Amino acid sequence: MTPITVRVDGATCADDVEPRTLLVHYLREQLGKVGTVVGCDTSNCGACTVHLDGEAVKSCTVLAVQADGSEVTTIEGVASGAELHPVQKAFHEMHGLQCGYCTPGMIMASIDLLQDNPDPSDDEVREGIEGNLCRCTGYQNIVRAVRCAAAEMRGVSNGHVSPDHVSPAVVDTAAAPHVAAQQ
Amino acid sequence: MIPAPFAYARPTTVEEALQAIADGGEDVKVLAGGQSLIPVMRLRLAAPETVVDLGKVEGLRGVRDDGDAIVIGAMTTHSDVMADPLIAEHAPLIAEATGTVADRQVRHRGTFGGALVHADPAGDLPAVALALDAEFVIVGPGGRRTVPASEFFVDYLTTAVGEGDLLVEVRVPKLSGEWSMRYEKFNRVAQAWSIVAVAAAVRRENGRIAEARIGLTNMGPTPLRARQVEEALAGAEATAEAVAAACERAAEGTEPSSDLNAQADYRQHLAKVLTRRAVSTAAGL
Repeated sequence: MTPITVRVDGATCADDVEPRTLLVHYLREQLGKVGTVVGCDTSNCGACTVHLDGEAVKSCTVLAVQADGSEVTTIEGVASGAELHPVQKAFHEMHGLQCGYCTPGMIMASIDLLQDNPDPSDDEVREGIEGNLCRCTGYQNIVRAVRCAAAEMRGVSNGHVSPDHVSPAVVDTAAAPHVAAQQ
Repeated sequence: MIPAPFAYARPTTVEEALQAIADGGEDVKVLAGGQSLIPVMRLRLAAPETVVDLGKVEGLRGVRDDGDAIVIGAMTTHSDVMADPLIAEHAPLIAEATGTVADRQVRHRGTFGGALVHADPAGDLPAVALALDAEFVIVGPGGRRTVPASEFFVDYLTTAVGEGDLLVEVRVPKLSGEWSMRYEKFNRVAQAWSIVAVAAAVRRENGRIAEARIGLTNMGPTPLRARQVEEALAGAEATAEAVAAACERAAEGTEPSSDLNAQADYRQHLAKVLTRRAVSTAAGL
């Protein structure tokens, strides 16, 4: 066992881990941070994305021992109390998810992208989240959500109003009658 | 999937790292960013006895100016390479090719030196290092030595870095004259591994191509220089026709593999097309 000290979502954690423990398993099984999920287990899907010292990484491809002395932020640490992070809120409002499995990783990758590029084009969003796979949405509403969040974070819109260059999510109510019922 | 158990060493200096490698037993793996090693360990394609983690070793990160060369620390991450002003000024081909590697998450962890020592034939950086005549600074039990790129890539996943050795930095000579560069890559969208890619650096002089250097990715077990194309381009007119004629020779002497992504003859076709595109773009055509 190897001793590690990691700050996770603002709390300091000192633990002994087996060197072969993957960061995602340490987060989920030792710390109970089950908001971060394991998707493909082959570094492809990005569902396990967290921030390590402020940069998005695939936590299935980092050993817990490599995170020693570092700061980890998971999806559980991005909201401020009861207030969702702008990217979380935008995924909700723009229907940026269906089954939701890819969502924690999508949101962490998107926050990372927006740190480097606060105003990405549609293509730049698609390129920026190329390491994250979604099998439900076809990405259309994910791209809308990221651009909507970007606009809010830049202060372009006040809260819920979508900026002009981002079209709101169009829901096919014939295919999704439960949405029609809510409208 | 979890790697098989291993002994773990976390040195803080190059000397300690070499000692840990020497003490690690029969099968020692050096962990840089881990973006290739951890996946193969998870799949149990590798089950080393000891892993020596370079993450806390001082002095292996960053890029510095050393007169006639820039020196890239082996542990410099791909994302740091992409943002580095010295690389942008003297070897933009490296930044361009690095930007095509995997995805943002992997580029945050993966390292320049790690990718070169791993020497995957489909990896993008070996052909770039070869095209730029990079030199590899290796330390080991016998001391420190510098190996030219032409001797560094020995075979499939095999380099001049021996079992007790460590790659510490890569020297990239500054080019004199007016060079432009281009990395052309062909890959499936869902996987960033190159099916074939071409790294080209071209120096133009008085409307002619004075000199060209071309590295081929995934056209054999090691990266290759397209020497016949380089010779045909030297002194050629900088026209689309002359470039196209020279680049017809790009597949000569190559031995690409056939796999799920492409047959060998298709790779040879791609090599010609991508070489023409890379040289044309670099030559401003």
